[in-house]
Amino acid sequence: MFGDYSIGDLGSIFVMQGFAGLILFSVYVLMALGLAIIFGQMGVINMAHGEFMILGAYVTWMTSNFFQAFLPSLFSGYFFLAMMLAFFVSGALGMLVEWVLIRHLYKRPLDTLLATWGLSLMLQQAYRSIFGAREVGVELPQWMLGSLKVTDSIEVPINGVFVMGLTVLITCAVAYVMFKSRWGRQVRAVVQNRIMAGAVGINTEKVDRYTYALGCGIAGVAGSAFTMIGSTGPTSGQLYIVDTFLVVVFGGAASLLGTIASAFSISQTQSTLEFFMSGSMAKVLTLLAVVGILMLRPQGLFTLKVRK
Amino acid sequence: MSDEPNKGLQSPLRRKLLMGAAALPLASMLPRPSFGAGPATAMVNTTGLAVTDTEVTVGILHSATGTMAISETGSIQAEKLAIEQINAAGGVLGRKIKFIQEDGASDWPTFAEKAKKLLVNDKVAAIMGCWTSASRKAVLPVVEQYNGMLYYPTFYEGLEQSKNVIYTGQEATQQILAGLNWIAKEKGAKSFFFIGSDYIWPRTSNKIARKHVENVLKGKVVGEEYYALGSTQFNSVINKIKLTKPDVIFTDVVGGSNVAFYKQLKAAGVDLSKQALLTISVTEDEIDGIGGENIAGAYACMKYFQSLDNANNKAFVPAFKKMWGEKTVIGDVTQAGYLGPWLWKLTCEKAGSFDVDKIAAASPGVEFKEAPEGYVRIHENHHLWSKTRVGRAKLDGQFELIFETADLVEPDPFPKGYQ
Repeated sequence: MFGDYSIGDLGSIFVMQGFAGLILFSVYVLMALGLAIIFGQMGVINMAHGEFMILGAYVTWMTSNFFQAFLPSLFSGYFFLAMMLAFFVSGALGMLVEWVLIRHLYKRPLDTLLATWGLSLMLQQAYRSIFGAREVGVELPQWMLGSLKVTDSIEVPINGVFVMGLTVLITCAVAYVMFKSRWGRQVRAVVQNRIMAGAVGINTEKVDRYTYALGCGIAGVAGSAFTMIGSTGPTSGQLYIVDTFLVVVFGGAASLLGTIASAFSISQTQSTLEFFMSGSMAKVLTLLAVVGILMLRPQGLFTLKVRK
Repeated sequence: MSDEPNKGLQSPLRRKLLMGAAALPLASMLPRPSFGAGPATAMVNTTGLAVTDTEVTVGILHSATGTMAISETGSIQAEKLAIEQINAAGGVLGRKIKFIQEDGASDWPTFAEKAKKLLVNDKVAAIMGCWTSASRKAVLPVVEQYNGMLYYPTFYEGLEQSKNVIYTGQEATQQILAGLNWIAKEKGAKSFFFIGSDYIWPRTSNKIARKHVENVLKGKVVGEEYYALGSTQFNSVINKIKLTKPDVIFTDVVGGSNVAFYKQLKAAGVDLSKQALLTISVTEDEIDGIGGENIAGAYACMKYFQSLDNANNKAFVPAFKKMWGEKTVIGDVTQAGYLGPWLWKLTCEKAGSFDVDKIAAASPGVEFKEAPEGYVRIHENHHLWSKTRVGRAKLDGQFELIFETADLVEPDPFPKGYQ
């Protein structure tokens, strides 16, 4: 396969392929973080995760339309505002959903699966009724299109770099909130022992609500960022949900570090395999590897000791 | 589930008129003079279809919900427009077309069940419907068993022919071969990289394309890749494309993957004004989601583009936009959906009957001269003779016509040497 190419050609392809793997890694981390918080910290299986992401994407689309119509001069910077709005809108919807639906189901984890799946269908149909069945195209500012030419033959997509930066930023922010802030300590206390946490005066209901909202908000930001690389339509959220669960379950449900490690190993395996064989085959082999490892380690890569 | 043909009319004037009409009880009691003047019902309907002296019922069977609603909405809109226009022009054999719309909900067993309901309970004279090959394959045994008539609008992989189906889109050889010939001649293309979604249509189409490239054009396929439906990450394959440097990237990626593929291609610095890309899966509808700036410069091989410059199309596009809104775009399949009711009407008139057997027999040779794509004629094999065209995507999401075959291309659903 490589016989006809010069060393320089091959070198630059390997560099670009490395970047492709890193971009895939960032995408996986970004889409899995929100779910990992909700699934890992609260034990809620959120099947509507993809729809919260797409809500963020639609918010981005509306923001871009708004800027085009009323503030064309500021269009180049609209994306940052859009991401913030996506966070708050998805988070607010998440808070509402938690209050109406989820909090009644904490003791029945499998029922949350059904309930949130129903919720995802309702949200899909709502998007279809509000925004139309067709996909919408989100227009990006000029500086976010195209690629950076590092050398003559090495080109790195700007949107990929943007997603990588965003992922690092959000991961650090989440890590800070979870491990350094007072609120994060409360969340971890509730995860480890809900009754004791309540007994020492932590308002566990409030902690639950904000945790769920945070997870949904991050999903919204992810959806907003993915308008750069994917489609925005009523059912686009479904495209992400399987990979997301794969990453979270493989990483070990209750561990954020596990999520990151799992995203890294899955993305690197897949991206390397994709280069050497066809896309479908790469996916099959990746899944086989994941299944194999989960058979040996059912609890996932990393686990947290939890007192049941 | 509506049987009210005016449902969905969006012009505010129209709505006001309708409200006005509703306020006048007398108006609804006035007989419609143009219907009921056709031949006697016993003459034109010997098999118990839903035909009265003034009305004939047809079914519309598409996904209005679920994943496929994105694509099928256009077909539903086009079929409703055609039915309204036919009614305005006096209906079929003196009868007004009434339609029953069923939702296949992007679920193939549901399609089969609804088709059965339309044929057995509603006794519809014809069904305009299905979109994906999977839904057609599910409906096919039903229309054959209950002897219905299906008008199927999508371009598809071929390898099928039925007395009970009229295929108003192109089959694969019709769509692909002329486009490949053109790009080989025009761009001197020798090496091709195929990339598609992993299901029957792209795989069959690429098989045909590969045979044509290797045996007829004497070129080389340097890569053939399939990605699972719904894949959103294409960076690895894009690197492979960069490494193999093909003259032409030939794509049949569908759905949400389509959007991801073009966005990432653009982001990876592949300039479609320099790198030739020929797609058979992107119409104006898809560009809405992809964004014109991400795909400008790519070539698409279709039989219809909204920008076609002919008298029929100049009447069709404004009529469509008037009914469904100024912002709607019209893709290849939407136009093919529009052909269905018209071809059925013309066939009924040729046969002098609504009977399915007579329509199936009378179909070959039926011509539709007012087709937006120009002119079409039904072939013996129930597919259409139509031209193949190559368009180039522009920034505004429209295609500029670059090439069209001089003559109509013969449909060949079982191509010899390509299987």
